[in-house]
Amino acid sequence: MSADVFKPGSVPAVRRGDALDVSGLPSYGFAHRSLMWWGNAGMMTIEGVAFAFMIVIYFYLRSRANAWPDDGRPPDLLFGNLNLAIILASAWPNRRAQRTAVDRDVRTVRRWLYVCSAFGIALCAVRWFEFQHLNVRWDDGAYGSVVWVLLGFHTFNLVTDVADTFVLTAVTYVDPLEGKRFVDIAENCGYWYFVVLSWLPIYAVIYFGARL
Amino acid sequence: MGASDTFPSRALEPQREGSRTPRGERLLDGAAPGTPAAARLERTWTDKPGVFGFLCANGHKTIGLRFIVTALAFFGAAGVMGGLMRHQLATANSHLLGPDFYDQLFTMHGTTMMFLFAVPVMQGIALWLVPLMIGTRNTAFPRMSACAYWLYLFGGLLLFGAFLFNTGPDAGWFAYVPLAGPQHGIGKRADVWNMLITYSEAMGLMVAVDIATTILKLRAPGMTLREMPLFVWASLVTSVMIIFAMPMVMLAANLVQFDRMLGTHFFNPAEGGDPLLWQHLFWFFGHPEVYFIFVPALGFVSAIIPTFARRPMFGHDAIVLSLIATGFLAFGLWVHHMFATNLPDLGKSFFTAMSFSIAIPTALQIFCWIATIAGGRLVLRTPFLFVLGFFFVLLIGGLTGIMLASVPLDLQVHDTYFVVAHLHYVLIGGAVFPLFAAIYYWFPKITGRLLSERLGRWQFWLFFVGVNLTFFPMHVLGLAGMPRRVYTYGPETGWGALSFLSAAGQVINDISMFVFLFNVARSLLKGERAGANPWGAGTLEWSVASPPPAANFLALPVVASREPLWAPAAEVTRVVGLSAEIREGLTTSVIDARPDTRYAYPRPEIWPFVAALAVTVWLIWSVWSVPAFAWGLIPPAIAFIAWYWPDRREAMEEVTWEKAP
Repeated sequence: MSADVFKPGSVPAVRRGDALDVSGLPSYGFAHRSLMWWGNAGMMTIEGVAFAFMIVIYFYLRSRANAWPDDGRPPDLLFGNLNLAIILASAWPNRRAQRTAVDRDVRTVRRWLYVCSAFGIALCAVRWFEFQHLNVRWDDGAYGSVVWVLLGFHTFNLVTDVADTFVLTAVTYVDPLEGKRFVDIAENCGYWYFVVLSWLPIYAVIYFGARL
Repeated sequence: MGASDTFPSRALEPQREGSRTPRGERLLDGAAPGTPAAARLERTWTDKPGVFGFLCANGHKTIGLRFIVTALAFFGAAGVMGGLMRHQLATANSHLLGPDFYDQLFTMHGTTMMFLFAVPVMQGIALWLVPLMIGTRNTAFPRMSACAYWLYLFGGLLLFGAFLFNTGPDAGWFAYVPLAGPQHGIGKRADVWNMLITYSEAMGLMVAVDIATTILKLRAPGMTLREMPLFVWASLVTSVMIIFAMPMVMLAANLVQFDRMLGTHFFNPAEGGDPLLWQHLFWFFGHPEVYFIFVPALGFVSAIIPTFARRPMFGHDAIVLSLIATGFLAFGLWVHHMFATNLPDLGKSFFTAMSFSIAIPTALQIFCWIATIAGGRLVLRTPFLFVLGFFFVLLIGGLTGIMLASVPLDLQVHDTYFVVAHLHYVLIGGAVFPLFAAIYYWFPKITGRLLSERLGRWQFWLFFVGVNLTFFPMHVLGLAGMPRRVYTYGPETGWGALSFLSAAGQVINDISMFVFLFNVARSLLKGERAGANPWGAGTLEWSVASPPPAANFLALPVVASREPLWAPAAEVTRVVGLSAEIREGLTTSVIDARPDTRYAYPRPEIWPFVAALAVTVWLIWSVWSVPAFAWGLIPPAIAFIAWYWPDRREAMEEVTWEKAP
């Protein structure tokens, strides 16, 4: 076994006789050094698979339909575009929150988390109007069903992550605040990117799958 | 330090010296047994006593064992249902059971075996074994697995509760629409099935994420991916497969539920839906499902063979690659369950070829096992007998699999007893025989006592004869045209003699299971003490006492080879400097397992149980009420927030051990 095997990520583990002393290692780490990152990656994969298959189902059903949408009225673009603009813009405060979480600057993190929460509330409000302007009901036919469920699943993700952001904002007031909570904040921001990025194909399918 | 000549080596035993390090007067792990530090470590890792402590527990051995015992109980229940069906069909024109009850029986039998027995038992064994095999103290997300267990238990109780009230699902274990859809699946029977799927797949996904993260991030220093035991590899491949396949069936079951409750039209052809869509969605999950059961079983076999052949596995890397290849190919076979539908012929030919191709990695593994056995000094004990049974029974199932993979033959025997024979040979040969091998092999580690060899041989031979007697005649019955899922048949069909033989085989299986239960009970009471390593095996779980202490290892091991207990002592053997006062572990890098950070594991707490209870209320409520889909989510949300909310006392303690990266 080469000695090189024990080269660590940052602080070295120290060899003492036949033992490896790890007491000097950090007690948490960011990004892929943290277990939370891996758990989060698992969650995103699971939900990503579900989203991907909802899109597959959308086109499967479309390939079997004579008319798509049934009555020729696609969803109104206004609120979808608005949502797209806001969600893309939300990546900025999210990025700031993630960065300042890594710096463990609790006051600045909190400020950015408030901004993120405000974006979240705005997105949920716009999403409400999006549903109103789909121009179809879920029980009108297969087209309506798949559009509602696709948008519904993304809304579920949106709402849960906004709720997580609220909770984490509140947690920043807890004393003592363990270092691992900053990892959680950074990972919650990582998950928000998933909410943003998954919206791009879903937006494209819902608004242009019914037009092209 | 020179190489040790002891076998197995003492390499992993802690040294008899204090382990105070520069962290002052705090109690650290790695101290000799009997010292205050060692006692404190054990106390830190012991779950609380009493009913409340029982509900809070999150140790991987506790949760893993709960999964195993619960799954075996469901195995027994589903076995009784199988026995009832055999009894019903033993003679022509039998009216012991009515057709409606019979429909529920075969649906419950299949559903229970697949969702409540086979997958959970494999995941339970992985939860129990993986941390011990890779040299850590708990899984990465122990509360999540604890919550998964409660979901699993509540889901199973819901299914059986519904069955007792004559509301057991009755559309077969794959619940095809339109039979399970809103028009034909009347009552709440199909809803119960959909709920169960949500439960069991949520459970499976949570455990899979936990196991995969544990394997990737919590291995002992030095245990690179290449040095990882084959069972751990099998568990990793299975977990990744679950993460990619299970969302599918959860999604699909929910879509059916939306059709039933909310009036959507995913599977309603009158409104643009398509019933065949269900078959695609189900089997895209359903075929990999077989491999969630089979791949861990391959891992058992690969763990057991080197021990009883007394040599390291021949072709270790080839086996790893085969496991990964099996994982990928498993996703390309689903259409062979749908050859009787109107799909394009070219597509069917493609899936025939894909189905044949999965024999390649399996054959590769079998050749490696044969080479290992041939090159070793064989010790024939009960676990190994079951491995030999696995070879024989699975081989027959594999051969009929090749027959069924060809479209013309499949069309001929579609929905006949030939398929029933095939799937039982594959699942019993591919999973149940290795499972019993695993139970006999690891039982001494779990309980500290060996199972009786003599009773084990009796059980093996009874089961081997019973399985073949029950299921082999079904091949002939299927070729003779007997359809599956009929509750009775007329004497003119000529199916009576073979059906009777099959029922007799089932009785032998039952006797074999009683021998097993007796063996377990006897062993728990007065079985031979096992000691740490009764089989002289080489992997880490055998380096600790049987049953293992609450903290697993007094000091986490440092690993330098695939069979650390067979290797000469290395220069560096153990990790020191982790807390004995809080539950602390070590994360390592993904590929090379270099020490990276210390990690504070979550403590036992009640919230995973409360969350599972809240989710249960939501799911059951949503079967009867549409608004419950939304409002029912509020209690689980509260429970999950409470689960996450920092506990002040705990935080105070952890902060003192903290060091920023």
